This record gives sequence, structure tokens and C-alpha cells, in this order.
Amino acid sequence: MTPDVATAAPPVGRARLWTAILLPVVLLAGVMALIVMFDPAERFRDPAAPPTELVSAQRILLKPEGLILTVMNESPQHVTIAQVAVDDAYWQFTADPGNVVAPLRSTTLMIPYPWVAGDAHAISLLLSTGAKFTYDIPVALASPEASARNFALFTLVGLFVGVIPVGLGLLWFPVLRGLSRAALDAVLAFTVGLLAFLLLDGTLEGMEGAVELPGAFQGVALFVLTAAAAYALLEIVSAWLSTRRAALRETGAASGWVLALMIAVGIGLHNFGEGLAIGAAFALGEAAFGTLLILGFTLHNATEGLAIIAPLAKDRPRIWTLVQLGLIGGLPTIAGAWIGGLVYSQPLAVVFLGLGVGAIAQVVVQILRQMTAGRPLMARLIETPVVLGLLGGFAVMYLTGMILI
Amino acid sequence: MDALSRRSWIRLAGFGTAAAGLLRSRTLRGAQDAAPTHTPAMEHAAHAMGPVGTADLSRFNPTDFLRASNFSNLAPPERSRYYRETARPDGSLLREYEIVAIDREIEIAPGVFFPAWTFNGQVPGPTIRATEGDRVRINFLHQGSHPHTMHFHGWHPPEMDGSLPEQQVQPGGRFVYEFDAEPFGTHLYHCHAVPLKRHIHKGMYGAFIVDPRTARPEADEMVMLMNGFDTDFDGDNEVYAVNTLANHYMTHPIRVEVGRLVRMHVINVTEFDLINSLHLHGMFFDVYRTGTRTTVDDHTDTVMLCQGERAVLETTFRYPGKFMFHAHQSEFAELGWMGLFEAVGARRDT
Repeated sequence: MTPDVATAAPPVGRARLWTAILLPVVLLAGVMALIVMFDPAERFRDPAAPPTELVSAQRILLKPEGLILTVMNESPQHVTIAQVAVDDAYWQFTADPGNVVAPLRSTTLMIPYPWVAGDAHAISLLLSTGAKFTYDIPVALASPEASARNFALFTLVGLFVGVIPVGLGLLWFPVLRGLSRAALDAVLAFTVGLLAFLLLDGTLEGMEGAVELPGAFQGVALFVLTAAAAYALLEIVSAWLSTRRAALRETGAASGWVLALMIAVGIGLHNFGEGLAIGAAFALGEAAFGTLLILGFTLHNATEGLAIIAPLAKDRPRIWTLVQLGLIGGLPTIAGAWIGGLVYSQPLAVVFLGLGVGAIAQVVVQILRQMTAGRPLMARLIETPVVLGLLGGFAVMYLTGMILI
Repeated sequence: MDALSRRSWIRLAGFGTAAAGLLRSRTLRGAQDAAPTHTPAMEHAAHAMGPVGTADLSRFNPTDFLRASNFSNLAPPERSRYYRETARPDGSLLREYEIVAIDREIEIAPGVFFPAWTFNGQVPGPTIRATEGDRVRINFLHQGSHPHTMHFHGWHPPEMDGSLPEQQVQPGGRFVYEFDAEPFGTHLYHCHAVPLKRHIHKGMYGAFIVDPRTARPEADEMVMLMNGFDTDFDGDNEVYAVNTLANHYMTHPIRVEVGRLVRMHVINVTEFDLINSLHLHGMFFDVYRTGTRTTVDDHTDTVMLCQGERAVLETTFRYPGKFMFHAHQSEFAELGWMGLFEAVGARRDT
């Protein structure tokens, strides 16, 4: 290094800094090279030990031409899918892109098996090592094709489950406007109760899906990460919206609108996850008792509309604003139903459940902030209307949720 | 967590079916018969059964194994290393065999490998064949990793039984099994070290055939050991076959001549399953149970054998063409125990 004399001091300082930053990195690379060279783990390994192999099913489609199974190799080395048996019968298959699967890569197997509608089937993969993995098809029913008819059907389901109930909930707006301060507090608390239920439900649902994910996805961490990201992102967005709105109107009383929008976004994300679940259930052939299901979700989601408009009670929003908020909360159900029904993937479901949970958590905090308005939170939470509202909101979700068990 | 989830129904397929039934009974009252669910026809599906790919036959070829005995599949100089016969004063033969126990990975279905314990590197082990009254001497060399024995079915003194704990041969050890070949019939040998299930299903078995002094009629003779492999060691076979390689005789049919007597020595060494069976399409065969008598026990097209049980089957093909044979346990058949005879020659209606 030949530093210029005139500017010697700062570059040397910078060089030292860079050396200090990079030295551990270089040493770390050296240590890693040593580990690879000497392979201490290999010295513990019995050469006769068979490799650890794990192949998980990602998706099973039942098509007129046969079974289509997508699997992922979760083991640290390549695996070779040597044979495929359906219901204990070896069957021909083709693998795209091939039957040798690299770590954390997937392959799709096309098995021209004459599956029987309404029966149960099991697909077994026999690897070259003799390891066997079996995936169950509890009830064989044709997977929905991405046809115009199915799109329309999933749209209809999404409308009934998400958009219509949220829209109906918005119709309570005129009632809200005439309410007293205490009653409004109760309604806001009711909303918090509703959202707390959704928070609990989404967390349980997301965790459940997360633990079932292939290990490499680190499902629980993925769920927590997406939830935290959604929370932080909405916090930033709502702060930005508040300042912008305040600057525009110079009234500072627009926090109601921002809060309503945030609630709508949170509920929208939650409903997207709900749509995924519903679409997937229909795709898995459990539409048989779908009427009851749709009925339950419709009732369940009607209160979500109320949650969206509760912060707006003191404002004078235009009808169009209300409609927009309703659509933000409800429309994602349709998109979720499409994706869940036609291209379901469990990692995606966990991500969206995580986003929903993060968004709802942020909304709950936001409402509580507005309710307390500087006063101690605990003092506010034990006021009678607030307590009744909280419990009422949770109980309504609980009771309407019972239908869905 | 399951009990708490309000969407647990996603996985409750069984309940779903029940609920569907309930709903249907309510909503479809009056409509007696729902339209039967119908899967679109799959014309090509019938051609799609069986394993995919081809196996490496250079180390073990079931087609060669079928008709080999006393290492007849080897060229003379190579053969003399494993098998020697010496005439004895009474006109019978002393037959000497070199049998080596060795661990080896074998291919049991195309692309599927199994860590076997073998006699002479193959599963089933070499077919040992003598005439009643011959002296059989087996020089057993143990180069495997676990204690093994050779236990022959047939007359022999207890010290030659290879079954008692003190008779287990340790890795690196040797033992000479020597006995007179009797009675005539189709027998077997297998390792009798414990745990027995593991030693047998790992591949330590073979055919031991004793011919009667008065030879049976000339025939195209073949040896078929019905076996299975538990590749994931869960006590249930993943692959079934005759002579180890799943579906081998489907892709390599056994060529036979119309009008010539065919004699099959069929031995069941399948582990874990109670029985196995052989069914031949389009024709019937004579059954000589254990092959120890020259009188026919049965005339049938399906014979059932428990583990260790065996039979000589004789038949003559009338028509040229392909004849399927397989276990009449459909599960075994579809997991690899299925094959074809291909008869050649002019049709002989009789």
C-alpha cells in the first residue's frame, strides 16, 4: 500500500477499518476451507452408514391421465427415485426434470395410474438405497383444472366468504355514527376482541402449517419472520400515511381513516390466508360439506366489516371510501381461493398466514393507541364498556367459529 | 394444536366423507341415485404397470441362474475352482464345493440396491445339485461381517446341521459340511445364524436339489426361488421376485419349446409373509410336493407354499406364445413377482 503523503492520515485510518472488518471474514473463510479439507464430521461417520434421505411430497394432482406428484429432496445429498409403486404395485412413471434430485430441489412425477374416484390411494417412492416414502391420497377426486368455470366458481366462493360479509358489515356505519362516546369505545373494543381472535387463530393455523413444512423451510422461523415483517412494514406505512394525510388536511383528525385502512389491509391479508385454505379444501375434494363451511365463514366475516368502519365513526367518509375499504378487506379472499384451489403450496400458505398475523397485530396495537390517547392502557382496558366490548368481540368470533370445526 | 384449529377439517378427509354422506342424505332426498363418479378411461394404463428402467445383469443374471447348477454357468477352468467331482468305488460321486459368505450390494429392481449377505456374491446362492447317494462336501469360507452357517434341508447328522449356537461360523472362519445326498427331491439350504429372519431375508439361501438314482425323464429344468426384500427394514417386503430381480422374466421371458417337458423346481424362501404361490396362465402342471416321490400329488395351475416349502412342477407347453406366471397374491405379483414364458415351436393340440 502506498498512500499519498498529503492525504495519508484518513486513508490509513480507513484501511485499518477495512482490515478490521475484513480480517475475521478472511479468517472465517480459511477455517471453512480447513473444515472442508479435513472433514472432521466424516471421521465420525461409519463408512457403512447409509445416507440420511428424506423426500417430502409438495403436491399431488389427480388428473384424467394419472397421478402427478411433486416431491422435494430434503436430504443433504442427491437422491435417486428408482421406482414408484401405487397401492403396492410398481408402476411406470416419468420424472421432470429427472429422477435424480439434488438437495432442496424438486421433481414432478407423472404416473399413468388408473386411480378410482372416491377411493383412497397411496403413492410410494422407492429410492436407489431402498428407502421408501409413502404419501396418502385420503379421497381420490379429480383436481380442479385452471378452467374458466373453476375460476368463476372460486370467485363465487370468495365473494360469499369474503367480499359480501365484509360489505354487509359496513352497512352498520349509520348506526355507529349515532353512538355515544362509551358505546363507541365498546365498539372499538369489540373490534379488538375480534382481531385478537383472528390473531390467535392465524397464529395457531400458521404454526400448524409451519411445523409441517419441509425442514429446510424452517417453517416456524419463516412464519415469525413474515409476521414481524408485516408488522414493521404496516407500522412504517401507517406513520407515513398519517403525516401525509395530516399535512394535506392540516386537521390532524384523519387518524381514523388511516386506522380503518390499516384494519382493512390486515383483514385483507387474513382473508387471503382464509381463501387459500378454502380453495385448497375444495381442491382436495372436501367441497362436499362446503355449504356449511361457506355459511360459517360468511357469518364469521360479517363482523370484520364492522371492525373496519369502527374508527371512522367520528369522520364523514364518502360512500366510495367505505366501498374501497370493504374491497381491500374482502377481495383478497377471492385471490386466495384461486391460488389455494389451483396452485396450492404450503410454504406460500404459511407466508400469507404470517403476513396476516403481523398485520392484525399491528392493527390491534394501533387501535389500542387510539383508544388510550395518552392515558394508561390498563386503566382504559378495565372500563366496563371496553371490557364488555373486548369479551363480546372474542366471544362472537368464538361462537361463529364453532360452526367451522 | 389440532383440536384448537377451526380449519382442521382440511385434513379430516374421513370425517369429510362421513359429513358428505350426511349432507347428501339430507340435500338429495328424493333423488335416489347420484350419478356414478366416473374416471376418464386410460387406455394406456394397462401398459404402464411394473418397474421402470433396466438392471445391470453383468454381476447376476436371473436368466442364467435359472438353468445353472453346480456352477455350470462358469467356464471349465473357473468352474473347477468352485466345484469338483470325484468318482467313488460304489459308482457314486464325491461332490466338493467352495462356498464363500460375503457381504455385497445387489440390485433387486432396476435402480434399487440392497445391502445383501450372500453365498458367493449372489442371491439366491449357487444351486447345489447331486444324485441320491452322492457325498456332498462344502468347504465353507466366511468372509462376511456377521456369524453365518449353512443349514441344509436333507438327511444329515446333527453336527452338520449348522443351526446350534456353537455351530455358527465366525467371520474369517471356515467349516466343512459333509453328508450324503438324500432323500431325492428339491430342497434348500440357508443360513441358520440368529436372528434368523434377518439372515434369511438378507439373501442367504439357495437350492439344494437331489436327483433320484433312476433319473427322471429328460426335461428342460429350471430353479425358481420365490423371494422378497425388505429394503427399509420395517418387517414388510418392498420387492418380490422369483430369483431376486423384480419383473426380470417379464422383460426377459423364459424361452421354452412347445412339446418338450418343462420341470420347475420351485422353492419359497420369502421372509415376513406367511405364504407365497405360483400360478401359470393358460395351462396346468403336475405337482410333486418336495419332489420326494415320483407319484403326482396334484394337477393344478396354482400351487401354494409356505416358507421353506418347495415343489417340483412339470408341464408341457401346447401352444406357442407368451404365458404369464406370477404369485397369486396380487400384491406380490404387482411388487415384482411376475414373469413370462415364451414358448416356441409348432402348436400341438392334444
